[in-house]
Amino acid sequence: MLFYSFFKSLVGKDVVVELKNDLSIHGTLHSVDQFLNIKLTDISVTDPDRYPHMLSVKNCFIRGSVVRYIQLPADECDTQLLQDTARKEASQNKKK
Amino acid sequence: MASELEGYINHTVTVFTCEGRIIVGTMKGFDQTINLILEDSHERVYSTTGVEQVTLGLYIVRGDNVALVGEVDEEVDKKIDFTEIHVEPMGAVVH
Repeated sequence: MLFYSFFKSLVGKDVVVELKNDLSIHGTLHSVDQFLNIKLTDISVTDPDRYPHMLSVKNCFIRGSVVRYIQLPADECDTQLLQDTARKEASQNKKK
Repeated sequence: MASELEGYINHTVTVFTCEGRIIVGTMKGFDQTINLILEDSHERVYSTTGVEQVTLGLYIVRGDNVALVGEVDEEVDKKIDFTEIHVEPMGAVVH
């Protein structure tokens, strides 16, 4: 649930989502759910000449299972906090 | 969950499947695994020789096979000149 909470804290920020079919989409993070499905608004494809398939699409829903990478705004992320929290969660899971 | 798709109900959507096909239709329903019901759907087959539209009708797309669902702005969509588009088909999703 850590990354779900993490992505929820990034709602409203601009991200680039790279899919497992090599398509990269830039947009504003609108929402995320427990499967890390992502909804983006005001999207643009980073290579529109190669991918003109989304010319009439401004908002989209991406299935979490096809996401390869999400590029985040570096200044909006506290990586130290994320690492500490990830370790804390991992050690809690070990105890269970 | 997956209520994120609620706003697309009765809207024209474009669905990218994991095998790289593109299906455009009116979304009538969905469930938590992203199974989709599309009405009056057609497939857009992109190739370097142009775009071919193939009528499909009422379709259910299994959630496993869905990569992306895009909300289509119909006004913009009508203005697209598909005879000008010559691209390689969309690649398949490689897990």
